[in-house]
Amino acid sequence: MDYNFHWQPVIGRLPDLLLASLDTLQVAALSIVLGIVIGLLLAILRMNARGRWTPLQWFAVAWIEIARNTPVLFQLFFFGFGLGAWGWHLSPFMIVLAGLSFNCAGYLAENFRGGFQSIPDTQYRAARSVGMSAGQTYYHIIIPQVLRKVWHPLTNQIVWAVLMSSLGMLVGYQELTGSAQYFASRTYRIFEYFAVVALIYYALVKLILMASRMLGWRLFRSEGGV
Amino acid sequence: MIDITNLHKRFGPLHVLKGINLTVDKGEVLSVIGSSGSGKSTLLYCINGLESIQDGSIRVDDTEVHHPKTDLNRLRQKLGMVFQQWNSFPHLTALENVALAPRIVKGQSKSEASERASEQLNHVGLGDKLDSYPHALSGGQQQRLAIARALAMEPSLMLFDEATSALDPELVGEVLDTMRMLAREGMTMICVTHEMGFARDVSDRVAYFHQGIMEEIGPPEQLFNTPQSEHTRAFLSKVR
Ligand SMILES: Nc1ncnc2c1ncn2[C@@H]1O[C@H](COP(=O)(O)OP(=O)(O)OP(=O)(O)O)[C@@H](O)[C@H]1O
Ligand SMILES: [Mg+2]
Repeated sequence: MDYNFHWQPVIGRLPDLLLASLDTLQVAALSIVLGIVIGLLLAILRMNARGRWTPLQWFAVAWIEIARNTPVLFQLFFFGFGLGAWGWHLSPFMIVLAGLSFNCAGYLAENFRGGFQSIPDTQYRAARSVGMSAGQTYYHIIIPQVLRKVWHPLTNQIVWAVLMSSLGMLVGYQELTGSAQYFASRTYRIFEYFAVVALIYYALVKLILMASRMLGWRLFRSEGGV
Repeated sequence: MIDITNLHKRFGPLHVLKGINLTVDKGEVLSVIGSSGSGKSTLLYCINGLESIQDGSIRVDDTEVHHPKTDLNRLRQKLGMVFQQWNSFPHLTALENVALAPRIVKGQSKSEASERASEQLNHVGLGDKLDSYPHALSGGQQQRLAIARALAMEPSLMLFDEATSALDPELVGEVLDTMRMLAREGMTMICVTHEMGFARDVSDRVAYFHQGIMEEIGPPEQLFNTPQSEHTRAFLSKVR
């Protein structure tokens, strides 16, 4: 073991790495937003199954099952090489965005479904009985309570999206990990680069957890915060 | 005030209400008693349109509740309801629980709604709990909160579905007292209840439900002292 550490090249590239981490955050944030919207739709479709199964419900269940029970990497490859085989070529950014959104939507759908089902039917009836419309009932009564229930899983999913985006490297997307790989291969300071990048990921995750806790504390003061 | 004719309610094959005819006048207090599963709760849900009906009609003042053109959200403002399970909104303070619907449904300003809500809460004896969240209230307090929430919409009729039966015995009294107070103030009330004392003292009439049929109705003295129907007699001998 006579490895000599050379941190100089890494430090010099720090601004580039920080910029690349913005790409990481951007693709993660977008896929979480898409994941929330699609996940909600999937959850609603799946909850409305009640015995009779239409093609839409099968679609929702298939999405959820595949997203949750196959490796994320395969899901990314599907949007990359899979669609590519059909002559449909997405940019690396779009591959990562589609793959992560697909995965997040599947996971969040089940969290949302659990959240909705944990709110007793009587809450809905009570709200309707004072004259609230269905929309008002969801906006003022149901959603805030569901949000509280899914707050932790949602936070976890955001963290996962940030970490999973590093797989983007394998389909050619230059986010944080991809950039580090690129610089490292030019300088051979592989260990140094990835040590610094790990620290950056760690800091990002900690920031997300802190923000989630602070926001949760404000939103859910009624029940003693999260 | 309420006019129910030949009401039939089914849940699939289950025939829950089998031809109910009933009128309730303004200012009247009607208690509904009967064994579990006889359709008492379902009757209340049909009256405020939370459940559909399969035949017959229900009219509140001059509105046909189950007419497709009826604006149920508007109608329900007239019909307050208190449920067996205390279902206050857990993410809102007592004051917000009461003020929310007047604000978003009736369009009152925030300050007006809050002011009236605190009056209602005072009225039911929760004047010192305005900023408490439901989890910090006892069952009896939550039930009074539910009453205040319904009253804040200024209903002309109140439906009570076993408002006390999920409460610890020592908390029943405070809720019944609140209901008595409303009756004295002239509120029209339909109370599904297991509290025979309350039914006897407070109601103008008592109705006995048996397997989806209104078996007997009359003033409390008559129903409790000289019940006409076999089933009523059997039921009363069990609950006493
Ligand atoms: N949503 C529903 N779907 C199917 N069946 C229902 C539904 N709601 C009530 N029922 C059935 O209708 C019948 C009457 O129920 P209801 O709740 O009106 O009785 P109840 O007289 O209020 O009884 P309890 O004293 O137990 O509250 C019962 O057999 C019940 O199982
Ligand atoms: Mg009932």
